[in-house]
Parts: sequence; C-alpha cells; structure tokens
Amino acid sequence: MQFSANHPILFVLVGIIIAAVLGQSIYFLVKSVRRAKATNMDMTKIKKTIVTAAIFTIAPAVAIVITVLSLSQSLGIALPWLRLSVVGSLSYEAIAAANAASGMGTTLADLAGSISASQYLTISVVMTISIMVGIWLVPVIAKKYQSGLMSFENKDKKWSDILQNSLFIGMISAFVGFVFCDVNRLWSESARVVESKDNLTGEIVEKIFSSTSGLIPVVVMAVSAICMCLCGVLINKLKWKWVNDYALPICMIIGMAVAIPVTAWLG
Amino acid sequence: MKNNKTLTYMDSVHRDGRIWNISMMILLLLFPVAVGIIFNAGPDWQGVGLGLVATAPMYWAVGVVEVITFIPMLGAGGSYLSFVTGNISNLKLPCAINALENAKVDAKSEEGEIISTIAISVSSIVTTVIIALGVLLIVPLQPLLESPVLKPAFDQMLPALFGALGVALISKNWKLAIAPVALMLVLFIFVPALDAGTVGIMVPVGVLFTIAVSRILYKKGLI
Repeated sequence: MQFSANHPILFVLVGIIIAAVLGQSIYFLVKSVRRAKATNMDMTKIKKTIVTAAIFTIAPAVAIVITVLSLSQSLGIALPWLRLSVVGSLSYEAIAAANAASGMGTTLADLAGSISASQYLTISVVMTISIMVGIWLVPVIAKKYQSGLMSFENKDKKWSDILQNSLFIGMISAFVGFVFCDVNRLWSESARVVESKDNLTGEIVEKIFSSTSGLIPVVVMAVSAICMCLCGVLINKLKWKWVNDYALPICMIIGMAVAIPVTAWLG
Repeated sequence: MKNNKTLTYMDSVHRDGRIWNISMMILLLLFPVAVGIIFNAGPDWQGVGLGLVATAPMYWAVGVVEVITFIPMLGAGGSYLSFVTGNISNLKLPCAINALENAKVDAKSEEGEIISTIAISVSSIVTTVIIALGVLLIVPLQPLLESPVLKPAFDQMLPALFGALGVALISKNWKLAIAPVALMLVLFIFVPALDAGTVGIMVPVGVLFTIAVSRILYKKGLI
C-alpha cells in the first residue's frame, strides 16, 4: 500500500485509539457521578463542576489544536491528532518529533510532503515511548502511595492538610516564577538575543526581543490576578454567587485578550 | 482475596484505572506496529535509538517526578485519566484545583476524589472533542487559528491562567507561599538557564521546597 502521512487508514487507526480515550473519560465520569448520587452529594455542585470544567477547558484546548496544525505540516494530520489527544503536551511532542527526525539525519521541515512510512514509524515510536512513564507508573504505585498518604493523614490531620496545600502552592510558585523568566531583558542586553532550535527546520534561530518584552507575561498575569480579585469582590460584597463558578475561565480569557494590545505595546 | 462485594469505592477506582491504563498503553504501542504491518515498513532503528537517547531520559525522569508530585493533587481517578490524556500542569491540574476550590471540598476526601475526577473527565472529553473538531474543520479554521492577531493571546495563556489561579490559592495560604514564590522569582529572573522550557522541571523543586518550609513553620507553630 502506498504510504501517505494523511492516508485514510491512519485516521481510522487514530480514531480507534481516540475513541478508547474518550471511552475511559466517559467511564470515569459516569462512575464518579454514580458514586456522588450514591453518597448523597449535592448534585447541583456536581452539575456546576461539569459546566465549569467544560467552559474552562475551551481556550487551552484551542491552543492544543494550534499545535496540531503546526506539527501537521511535516507529519500529516493523523499522528499529531493522536499525540495531542493522549499523554503528550504542547511542548513535548514537537521536541520528540524533532529529535527523532534529527536521529535519522533529517529535519521535520525536510520531511514535509515527502515522509516515508519508515520515517513516520520511527517518529511515532520515539514520540510514544519517550512519554510512556506516567501511563504504567500510576497503575504500579498509585494505590500504595495513596494508602500511605491516608495513614499519614490519620497520624497528623493538621500537617496532612498543610502538606496538601503545600503541593498546590509549590506548583503555583513555579509557574509564577516562570512568568518572570524574561524580565531580565530590561537590564541585560544579552538576554534580549535568544537563540533557539527551530523544531521544524532544526536550524538555530536567533531572535532579538525588545527590552520590555519580558514584561508582557507579567502584565498579563497581573491583569488576570486583578480580575480574580474583582470577582472576589462581586462574590463576597455583592453576593453574585454565580460568578464563583466562572471566575477562572473569565479571568483567563480577559488576560489572554489583554495580551494582544500589551504585546503590540511592549513587544 | 477481595470480591466485588467487599471492594471499597477507592479499590474499584484503582482496579478500573489499572485495567484502563494498561489497555491504553498496549493500544498506543500497537499504533506503530499496525502502521508497519499495513504499509510493510520497519522503523529506522538508528533513528529510534538516537531519538530516544535525545528525548527519553529527560522525559522519563520528569515523568517519574510528575507521578509522585501530581497523584496527591489529582486524586486516584484523576491520576489514571490525566496520565493517559496528558496536558496535566497546563490544563488538567488547574481544572481539578478550580473545581475543588469552587466546591469547597477537601482534596483528600472521597468528595474531593469525586469532584476532581469529574472535572478531569469533563476536561478530557471537551479537549478530545475540540481537537477532533479542529481536525475536521482544519481547512476553514487554519487562517483564524494561525492569525498573527490572535497569536499573542495564545502565547500568554499560561500567565493568564496562573495569574487568576495563583491569586485565589496564594491569598488563602499566603504564609506558605512567601518563601517558595520568592525563591522561584529569584531563580527564574537571575538564572539564565531557567526559561519557559524548564518550568516542568521546576514544579517538583517548588513543591519540595514548599513542603520543607511548611514543615519548619508548622514545627515552630507559625501556621
């Protein structure tokens, strides 16, 4: 059979796997909702969780579609569709594909429109195996790990609560720090010249940024944070309780929208 | 041996999660096998070897640390699902945290487990459907999604997300947050090697540092 990166059979194979992923998500959703009913949980809370999670997901999911588009230039649509629907992340897939192409002595840009079945296979093997750890490690350790955490909680409830909050704060602090990672462009001329490897062409690309460009994510984060504070005022002072459910997606969208004029101004 | 009647809800979540994840792993590995059989081709083994050497060690190490760090935050059902569907720190975990905050439930309780699993399931379903729609409508959508006007908005998605989520969480735990936020600011501003690509590695560092600081504050009776 003549190979093409957009051959219909590839879409059938990918469709089967994605249907299974969808099946797992629906299975756990139904299982959790049934348990919520069985334990007499407040079903309005469950409905709100479902609606809020769905709304919150839209913008990040659209960003994932953009990554599918950029990878589709060299790998066709089916493989990026599969990879971005399972396991991977926005940053990982492009790097893994570029490394596999580089291992074959070529680049993703050179493969565009002329990729062979063997090259396609090589890239899909590297992309699949390199990110497989979580899928098998969770089944191996999750149960014992969680029961260990539970017995720990029974020993010292207060410390266990603090530990849980520390996990969340630790993750948030890393992302807050990341937002400031380019602020040094304000005073460092060398920080304004960024050399990065183009995943598509494999070439080292030099980009020159303005001194204030590192402030763009900081301003966006500040706007989004202020927006969240205003939502807090609406919820607590004006008793607009419904805002609580939509505050995060609303603030995120406002922050993203503000990024457009701020980038034009500072970038 | 436990039978179904004596299985607790959590036991059944782990049993089902194990079955689903191992099945998904096999299915994912079968994709290249099927492509090879259908098109009568084999991989370039040198390319596989060099590609894996360049990619796998870092992502395997990060993967192990992520599993250990994220399981207590995602809950059991959420972990099984998230490690299959991916995009954890930029989508699934914020979605679960937001759901737990809105529902005002303890992440470690069974209610927390249920809320977090529902949020992650819905997020996975919506993501899968939107990507599928994007693939179906790729021709008409491409000019819009790749529009230079919208690019800055999608480039700044993470700062917009963590600004809102951060203020909500930090305001409730400000004593815990001062030291790790200060450390991360200093590291990301003054260490040039730390850039947008290293944030995934810095999450476990932030978590471990926060736990250490919290323990000291707790022992001194300051929190």
